[in-house]
Amino acid sequence: MTQAAPQTPLLQMRGMTKQYPGCLANDHVNLTIQRGEIHALLGENGAGKSTLVKTIYGIVKPDAGEVTWEGQPITIQNPGHAQRLGIGMVFQHFSLFEALTVAENIALGLGSAKDRAGLRARIVKVSNEYGLPLDPDRVVHDLSVGERQRIEIVRCLLQRPKLLIMDEPTSVLTPAEVQTLFVTLRRLASEGCSILYISHKLEEVRALCSAATIMRLGRNVAEVVPATKTVKELAEIMIAMDLNAPTPRPPMAPGARPRLVLDRLTVRSPHQFGTDLKQVSLTLAGGEILGIAGIAGNGQSELMDALSGEILAGHPANIVIDGTPVGLLGPHERRRLRGCFVPEERNGHGAVTTMTLAENAFLSSYIRNALVRFGVIDSRKTHAFAQDIIQRFDVRTTGPKAQARSLSGGNLQKFLVGREVLQQPSVLVINQPTWGVDAGAALAIHEAIMQLAAQGAAVIIISQDLDEIFVLADRIAVMAGGHLSDPIPTRDATVESIGRLMGGGGAAVHTAPAEPAHA
Amino acid sequence: MLKVEARGSESRFWRYASPVLALLLTGVTTSLIFLAMGRPPATTVYTFLIQPLIQQDGMSALAVKAAPLIIMGVGLSLAYRANVWNIGTDGQFNLGAICGGGIALALPDLPMILLFPAVLLAGLIGGAANGGLVAWLRIRFNANEILTSLMFAYITNYLLIWLVTGPWRDPMGFGFPQTAMFSDSAAGPRLIADTNLHLGIVLAPLVAVGLWFMLEKSLLGFQFRVLGQATRAARFAGFREHRLVWIAMLISGGLAGLAGILEATGTLNQLTTTLSPGYGFTAIIVAFLGRLNPLGCIPAGLLLALTYLGGDAAQIRLGLPNAVTGIFQGILLFYLLGCDFLLLNRITWRAAAARGVP
Repeated sequence: MTQAAPQTPLLQMRGMTKQYPGCLANDHVNLTIQRGEIHALLGENGAGKSTLVKTIYGIVKPDAGEVTWEGQPITIQNPGHAQRLGIGMVFQHFSLFEALTVAENIALGLGSAKDRAGLRARIVKVSNEYGLPLDPDRVVHDLSVGERQRIEIVRCLLQRPKLLIMDEPTSVLTPAEVQTLFVTLRRLASEGCSILYISHKLEEVRALCSAATIMRLGRNVAEVVPATKTVKELAEIMIAMDLNAPTPRPPMAPGARPRLVLDRLTVRSPHQFGTDLKQVSLTLAGGEILGIAGIAGNGQSELMDALSGEILAGHPANIVIDGTPVGLLGPHERRRLRGCFVPEERNGHGAVTTMTLAENAFLSSYIRNALVRFGVIDSRKTHAFAQDIIQRFDVRTTGPKAQARSLSGGNLQKFLVGREVLQQPSVLVINQPTWGVDAGAALAIHEAIMQLAAQGAAVIIISQDLDEIFVLADRIAVMAGGHLSDPIPTRDATVESIGRLMGGGGAAVHTAPAEPAHA
Repeated sequence: MLKVEARGSESRFWRYASPVLALLLTGVTTSLIFLAMGRPPATTVYTFLIQPLIQQDGMSALAVKAAPLIIMGVGLSLAYRANVWNIGTDGQFNLGAICGGGIALALPDLPMILLFPAVLLAGLIGGAANGGLVAWLRIRFNANEILTSLMFAYITNYLLIWLVTGPWRDPMGFGFPQTAMFSDSAAGPRLIADTNLHLGIVLAPLVAVGLWFMLEKSLLGFQFRVLGQATRAARFAGFREHRLVWIAMLISGGLAGLAGILEATGTLNQLTTTLSPGYGFTAIIVAFLGRLNPLGCIPAGLLLALTYLGGDAAQIRLGLPNAVTGIFQGILLFYLLGCDFLLLNRITWRAAAARGVP
């Protein structure tokens, strides 16, 4: 198939320009993708990557610019047209119907009844072939983020694409899963399928991609071969400033008193296919950061909800904050004890997207910040607090009156982390602190977490990004099948040893024998 | 050709323009119906919507009709904003009237200063009890409140019919299905003597302003709004969903009960089988036309009150059936919900030539 004209690039875009009201998203951007190439598209949030990609997928109509596909000039009319040309896309935010099964979701994306014949068998076949196992009859509602992504990838693969666009695909995967995905992607590339790979993880881009186009503020800034640059060099081209590693923290005072204690915390998952927490115990001192690694769907969201008080524990003493048993207390009472929480899902969980930033600032802070007087919201103080978050965390927005959904993912995450950090918590729990966040924002969030710990807070970060855990955490524990391993000091841990604990992709299968020895 | 595109975010313009467009379309459609019935549309619309206002006492008649609609529409706005779909306000209206009316009939000789507040309170409690039952069924058995509240509307309606044709029937009433007249102290004060301008006319705007303040400015109102827009975020914040469902049902039910007893004491001065000409259902339209905003319910309630007066006028002057009111209200709700499609979608007209920039 590919022998027709091997020299012609698969896709060539010249001078792509798109003006939005008040923002030139793409300014004469060029992009060339060769056949069978894994091509990285790099840039900060707001650099114009999404607009460019949406143009390729026919969602955005460019104001100017030429597109050639397999040597032919073309105007991509809509996503359906793009799919017929052989362009598939895996979005960062999935478009899945939660109440439907995997197979039903995939069937919805396919056009005719003919396409749907034997679909279940094909899903199983393709997903196994490419190392992305999926049960077609599971309901999406109960799947982890990682599993949901597999649906999106398999949905594309079923259509035998010539170009596969992947937006931040690895942010929800374990190192082992990432390696499996890379094998899948390399295999696709060797079969002649080109891949446009959008990621903030520069190490991965260096390992996987043979070419990279770097964008900044809507323009091309460089075309590089990623392997020839260091991560720091790539990041600096992206954000055009010198990057510093987070400032190292002073060593912890010995004998610091425990601020957060979990004692045999056992919780049933409220979700049909969720993971129950089994006898989770740990002790966390002030000034300490504990990293909890693990594959998506091994009980992390249940742990998060149990810590924040959305799910109550069986016994008050299962969770103790600063000496007070809180196992049976709800989120309000835990916040009064200076517990703060940032859940994984920003949209509709950590934030109400249809409300303003001021209202969202109020949502979890009104107790600690005393924003209610006689039952009435103090809107001036609320506004000022939101403004404070925006300034201190460099949130790019028009102001506290902006709707939360108008912010990019990274900016909203900075806002939500800022909302909790500025309440000076004694215990802070963050699930996926930097999922889908660009390098600059991630650094700001990391700095804030470390600063908070330096001030004496006990911090838990639950993350699937091992690099992040190794950078931030003093000790690392692993969640697998609802069990939490004994935390080990970060200096004694290696990616391999942690990866082994994570279960290498089949954690759910091993849960029974892998009973960790807990007191 | 016509093309529909998703806007991505809600249009502010259409938030307020959509009810206006719906009203215009309703006017056009009803005109066509009048035309089909062989009536000149202009005069008919005039008789239906203008005449009732300019006749003698038109404004006070409008206020009397609008008061219960506004009071109930305000309660529904609050509940609907919290995703609590109380459809049975007509039943809560009736139960309020039954409870308050029962007190009024049992203790007619108490002084007004004691009796009237007791009657109102009983009405409020009756409606709230009905609402609370719906909340309890939803929380305890996960029973859908749309169904249960609607079913209660029929139950209380038949309870009212049974009472006024049975145990509570006025022995002096020549067998008519109605209770004895309430005593003067039960009927409560009048704004102007010898009219039926009752206390509800003052209460309705006060309730609207009060609940608007609660919904937009208070912590409780914030909790309702968060619950309606993102259940998980409400849980994250620590807002207790069950408590909010209880409060929403108690308030919307209680206000409907209050509207019911105000109507019984203020206009009829007795209980009859036809106390509510579907006020509870019309209040649903009031809430939506008012954009689920308690202040918006004031103009919306006035407009829908006008459709009742217009129906009477059309019947008397033009010999049109009273069903005109129901038709008008139904068409209005239809267009209202239809036009809200424009909030999140835009419709563009695309000429064939303008397509394709190569």
